[in-house]
Amino acid sequence: MALPIMAVLMFFLVLPILMIVAVSFWQATEFSIIPAFDLENYEFLFGSNVTYRVFFNTFKYAFITWVFTLGIGFTVAYFLAFHVRSLTWQIVLFLLCTIPFWTSNIIRMISWIPFLGRNGIANSTLLSWGVIDEPLDWLLFSDFAVILAFVHLYTLFMVVPIFNTMMRIDKSLIEAARDAGASGAQILWNVIIPLTKPGIMIGTIFVVTLVMGDFITVRFMSGSQSANVGRLISNDIALLAYPSASATAVVLLLTVLLVIGIMLRFVDIRKEL
Amino acid sequence: MEPRPRSFYVLSAFFALFLLFLYGPTITIAILSFQGPGGGLTFPMRGTSLHWFRDLFEQQAVGDIWGSFRRSFALGLMVMVTTVILSVMGGLAFRKKFRGSSILFYLIITSLVIPSILISLGVGLIFSQSGLEVHWSTSGFGSQLTWTLPFGLLIMFAVFNRFDKSYEEAARDLGATSWQTLRHVVLPIIGPSLIGVALFGFTLSYDEFARTLLTSGSYNTLPLEIFGMTTNVTTPVLYALGTLTTVFSLLMIGLFLCLALWSTRRKARAGSDAGKGMM
Repeated sequence: MALPIMAVLMFFLVLPILMIVAVSFWQATEFSIIPAFDLENYEFLFGSNVTYRVFFNTFKYAFITWVFTLGIGFTVAYFLAFHVRSLTWQIVLFLLCTIPFWTSNIIRMISWIPFLGRNGIANSTLLSWGVIDEPLDWLLFSDFAVILAFVHLYTLFMVVPIFNTMMRIDKSLIEAARDAGASGAQILWNVIIPLTKPGIMIGTIFVVTLVMGDFITVRFMSGSQSANVGRLISNDIALLAYPSASATAVVLLLTVLLVIGIMLRFVDIRKEL
Repeated sequence: MEPRPRSFYVLSAFFALFLLFLYGPTITIAILSFQGPGGGLTFPMRGTSLHWFRDLFEQQAVGDIWGSFRRSFALGLMVMVTTVILSVMGGLAFRKKFRGSSILFYLIITSLVIPSILISLGVGLIFSQSGLEVHWSTSGFGSQLTWTLPFGLLIMFAVFNRFDKSYEEAARDLGATSWQTLRHVVLPIIGPSLIGVALFGFTLSYDEFARTLLTSGSYNTLPLEIFGMTTNVTTPVLYALGTLTTVFSLLMIGLFLCLALWSTRRKARAGSDAGKGMM
């Protein structure tokens, strides 16, 4: 029964990864790529300062986005799970949070233009309030815009798993804590957060991998001014430098898998579904 | 009912702001897509008109929008059907341990976390090096499955974790074959969740960008077409297109949700046949 899935994943996941690993040792000329066993691509990659800067940038985006999506996602899930009292309302509000996930990311990025542009809503509002004297240039096409877009796109990946684990918390545990004299903050810190950890881990895995593997959000929202590893790869692809793109891709994949491997030590995904 | 604590109102306000953050930008471009003919990409509105929508339907200077829409729609349906069927089969298989089940499980997780551009690059390389031509319905189709199948399977895992096996045992005790058990007992019970899987399959495919970037060949899907437009179109026609496809997505989501609601109700009605007898 599992054979068809196995076949699809073999051909479109395992084989491509193997292909990328192989090509990362190949040589490239201007017009073609030549099979070889050559460490040149890796030497160039690790010998270049750009690589380290770009990897640092990637981690920076991942970390900042993680902090914001976790803060917002946890609060929203907490509200839905513990403050909304009827199941119908919980479902309706939860769906409202998830619907954007099923619409196009690119359009959701484009839709920030009228807000953040030089003559956009944010600037004109701040101008009319007298907060600033001239339009801010760093709203659109900047790291700020990149992070904003990431948070906008990926917070639901935090909300869903955290809400899911919160809904399974036995409400009598909270009552017991209250009966034992715990304050609201103590209940949150000593009961709810520890029990929600698996959901937080799953959300973290989603957000971190999505941000680390992204290239299009960074390209679009930074106006091609910032780079992360994904953009390094896509730039190489655009130049038809497939071996060099592959070497970067291998390093990126190893990095992501390493990060995930560490996180998976803290959570058993199959048990949490 | 006990009175609401003060934190409820603070959190409600936070939640409302979150919804505004989620939907505000989309609503803004929906409004701006009705710009007058002289209007630009930001406020103020210079009159209201359907000018930019008309532009979409008339001139095709910006590429093959309708062709790419048709391709995305067809691809979405293909991916949806495949995802549903393969996820159910996989979900059923995973109820027992089988040879390679833990390897397959880790492959599914890998498929979920692997940066999309790697799939694009790898599949593109395989096709080009083996002399095959990349096409949205072959390489593009397979690449998208690596994104929709993990979601479908994770949903099926969740469904079967909660599935009461005694229904199947009862069917077997009554002499049903394994196919009859599947067809008349298991599938009706998991039916509503399959609509969820279908929703994921269709919408994730319809909006997928990175995995089709290098695997769709010379005929673009709609997200690729839209992304191409962002670099050379600087009129609200971009918003008009964005608004139209978002409306289309919302219609599809609404359709799936209604179907799910309807099938849950139907299941609840047909759930018990106590006292009705067999014939």
